[in-house]
Amino acid sequence: MRGPAAFARCFAGILWREALRFFQQRGRFIAALVRPLVWLFIFAAGFRSVLGVSIIPPYETYVLYEEYIVPGLIAMIQLFNGMQSSLSMVYDREMGSMRVLLTSPMPRWFLLLSKLLAGVMVSVLQAYVFLAVAWLYGIEPPPLGYLTVLPALLLTGLMLGAFGLLLSSAIRQLENFAGVMNFVIFPMFFASSALYPLWKVEETSPLLHDICAANPFTYGVELIRFALYAKLDPLSLGVVAGFTAVFLGAAIYAYDPGRGLIARVRGPAAG
Amino acid sequence: MAPALEIRNLSYSYGRRKALSDIDLEVPAGRFVVLLGPNGAGKTTLFSLVTRLFATQSGTIRVFGHDNAREPRAALANLGVVFQQRTLDLDLTAAQNLIYHAALHGMSFREGRRRAREELARTGLAGEMGRKVRQLSGGQLRRVEIARALLHDPRLLLCDEATVGVDIGSRAELLRYVRSLVRERGLAILWATHLVDEVEPDDPVVVLHKGRILRQGPSREILADSGAADLGDALQQLWEAA
Repeated sequence: MRGPAAFARCFAGILWREALRFFQQRGRFIAALVRPLVWLFIFAAGFRSVLGVSIIPPYETYVLYEEYIVPGLIAMIQLFNGMQSSLSMVYDREMGSMRVLLTSPMPRWFLLLSKLLAGVMVSVLQAYVFLAVAWLYGIEPPPLGYLTVLPALLLTGLMLGAFGLLLSSAIRQLENFAGVMNFVIFPMFFASSALYPLWKVEETSPLLHDICAANPFTYGVELIRFALYAKLDPLSLGVVAGFTAVFLGAAIYAYDPGRGLIARVRGPAAG
Repeated sequence: MAPALEIRNLSYSYGRRKALSDIDLEVPAGRFVVLLGPNGAGKTTLFSLVTRLFATQSGTIRVFGHDNAREPRAALANLGVVFQQRTLDLDLTAAQNLIYHAALHGMSFREGRRRAREELARTGLAGEMGRKVRQLSGGQLRRVEIARALLHDPRLLLCDEATVGVDIGSRAELLRYVRSLVRERGLAILWATHLVDEVEPDDPVVVLHKGRILRQGPSREILADSGAADLGDALQQLWEAA
């Protein structure tokens, strides 16, 4: 079983398992969709009159707050999905099914990348369902934007998924995952341009602006925002691509049996 | 012909804690070998090293002549593993678990489905293919795991405490089935256990204790040399002397 066909079958198998698990857990799908919709329908609607968003790229006119917030909410879906994948890796490790993956004769980097890509595809599907609901609500980016946003979704999803993968290598137990929510997901989301443009943050606090500007999630949001309006933000593309490479490299390193932390720190469960 | 498993000078530590010391072990092709040791002896660490979950720190491991550090693909392709810890995805059916495993070994869905049907039928689980794994009994779960380990036609099967959590009747049946794999399919098997009643007089036994091999040889010989009444007492003597 060698050659590209074996690799393709292996990837298809990992994607298939991820899809099976996703569709079996309907609650997960609904939760993933409800969360950004609550933000869109309640939070954004409420803040519409409070927050005015002036003309900033990629927008060519004044936009309603609901329209501004949509790319940030898409990135939120991907952020939560990345962390969900990380949670699922920790769960798999605790339940033992991670061993099945890691004892495959395929190279470990390929297995991890496949698992990551499978998770990203699930998040892209969720993002498009959210975009469809947003369209019904009246948020209508240009039709071409629905196509040009796809590579941005894939790249941002990869960055956040790789970050989740890296986190999963450091989380020892499932119980520790609550800490990830408090110390990673929320600060990453709120200290970004997802909810407010950076110039508005700067008016309030230059320090917070600098923090937001140093947050890779901000660039994921902006990459999606520009792509959704069929435009490219080269800075965001560079930052997201760079962080994807760093997170992925570090995650593969961490899961490597020879160099990573897992084997050295932990003993086996028994025997 | 190269041995199914050849381990030379293998040592492994978790930080300062030595888990395995200078292990030399051989499983000939087509033989059933018992790795006998109490909990904490180092059996699971040894299996983790053979399966590349952990990387070797010193020493070598070869599977049918393939060094598992230098040629991991060839080494792992020849290996089937049943871990002590349950490793099935409880939310998937027995067949889905096996098809997933087949894909991880580069097999197509069609081939995976065909092989899953064959292997599950051999273990008497043909009627359970479509059932969610969480609905199966402990003995059935173990049989599904063995079927999965054999799906890609390995030549060496590693079983780490495969009868843990299984009732006595199913345990005997499981062991009978695994032993039949040696006769009927020519598999080499390394059977790790802490239960002496799973050992037969002619079985080659490797006694592992606190990360060291205390004795290797046929069970009958170990018993005769010790002068003990049974194998359990013989092992007790070995452990106390160590």
